[in-house]
Amino acid sequence: MLIKKAADIRSSEVTPKSWYMDRRKFLTGSALAGAALVGEQLWSPSTVVQANDKIPNLQKSSFSTNEKQTPYKDITNYNNYYEFSTDKYEPASLAAKFKTRPWTVTIDGAVKKKQKLDVDSIIALAPPEERIYRHRCVEGWSIVVPWIGFSLSELIKKCDPLPKARFVEFTTLFDMAQMPGQQTSVLRWPYTEGLRMDEAMHPLTLLCFGLYGEVLPNQNGAPLRIVVPWKYGFKSAKAIVKISFVENQPPTAWNDATPREYGFYSNVNPHVDHPRWSQAKERRLGEFLKRDTLMFNGYDQVASMYSGMDLKKYF
Amino acid sequence: MVRALKVLVFVLCLVPVGILARGFFGAHPTDMSSWGQGLGANPLEVITHSTGDWTMRFLLITLAITPLRKITHLNWLIRFRRMLGLFAFFYGTLHLFTYLWFDKNFVLADILADVAKRRFITVGFSGFVLMIPLAVTSTAWAIRKMGGKRWQVLHRLIYFSAIAGVIHYIWLVKSDLTKPLQYGVILAALLLYRVAVWVWPKGPRKTVPVARTSAA
Repeated sequence: MLIKKAADIRSSEVTPKSWYMDRRKFLTGSALAGAALVGEQLWSPSTVVQANDKIPNLQKSSFSTNEKQTPYKDITNYNNYYEFSTDKYEPASLAAKFKTRPWTVTIDGAVKKKQKLDVDSIIALAPPEERIYRHRCVEGWSIVVPWIGFSLSELIKKCDPLPKARFVEFTTLFDMAQMPGQQTSVLRWPYTEGLRMDEAMHPLTLLCFGLYGEVLPNQNGAPLRIVVPWKYGFKSAKAIVKISFVENQPPTAWNDATPREYGFYSNVNPHVDHPRWSQAKERRLGEFLKRDTLMFNGYDQVASMYSGMDLKKYF
Repeated sequence: MVRALKVLVFVLCLVPVGILARGFFGAHPTDMSSWGQGLGANPLEVITHSTGDWTMRFLLITLAITPLRKITHLNWLIRFRRMLGLFAFFYGTLHLFTYLWFDKNFVLADILADVAKRRFITVGFSGFVLMIPLAVTSTAWAIRKMGGKRWQVLHRLIYFSAIAGVIHYIWLVKSDLTKPLQYGVILAALLLYRVAVWVWPKGPRKTVPVARTSAA
């Protein structure tokens, strides 16, 4: 019996040669189209952005810590990024060819203007700031990272959410071919995360596209991620393709996987242990002994958002 | 011949800890500030995971000796069993001390609270404790003193130690169960072999002539 095997790539999927030859024009065009949507100046419209490109004109931020920064090599080679692998040392190589341009982010849900935005037009919305944040993983290790971005609130304001929008949901790209970890079912894909509206609007919540003065490396969540420094790392969604404004608390990937271990809030809290391990201490990478974990990871200014809430119940 | 092979196996068993030590102390062992850098971003996690993995592997290798010996009839294999078992204990000790020192800084109250409260630590710690009497009675003198039968019964504790090791691993991972389940499957096969031998001591049932009992 003859068993026909489909060709690896169907001819219908192959990009016509003329498009291929004109791909730069196409990229520029789509970037400009994105810019036109928001009517803002593009940050660098004529080049395709990639990791290690310098980001010019960085503003300093009063939110930055002056603690010793974790070396670039460690931040970019020790990544919890299950879309690529559950082994923290693998995303660096597995994400090397990840395509971050062209990239559009869908804004939908309870907003005045549902739209698709080109990532470069989003990046151009506000001046880039360097924010040196502590970053605490739920597993018990921490790093200090000089992220680059601006407050997520800048984008949210432009989106004009309706009053009924009480939560924001972030969706990561789902693309098994590019993200081999998605071929396994360690988590449900696509990865989604969420924040309450006031958390999303808090000035500390960063819309991030850079690291150490450069464009964000792929293994750290390029081209666009959020960073919520007072919450455990998994709350900070990476490679975002959709931002939805919703009325009800959205389902989140780790909470779906193990609801009794990973709550929706997941604020860093030394007094509320993970059911299986203590959260009282953490190992700062580069140090041998563990140090005390701070409430809200040391970002006390967020405490008022949770006043009156039982943080043991809403862990 | 076996003697020479024993030396070789002994050296091989030290390779994992050698690799860790070389990574840890790096190219400049006298420069304390460089320690750990050869083991990536989180050297203590690497040391904890590696010593834990090798404890589990040596437990499984030790448990594989008897089935292998019976199947292949290579009886000299038994002469490696004690050494391999002691290496399981050796890596288990390194694993435990990494935790006691770098996770808990030897603070007894914190350690006891952890052992009592964290079930993955309770079961892992139990698995280690069960290995202690086996290591202590691993000498020929102890076997003579105890008598072969009693010694053998005591050393069946290794089954529970290995089971505890697999459970310890399953209970600590966040969501990817692949590796602990691989160990679990191998362990299950090794234990099932023993159950099979116990149920059918003379191997798979052949047509055995019915023994004639003398009529009363």
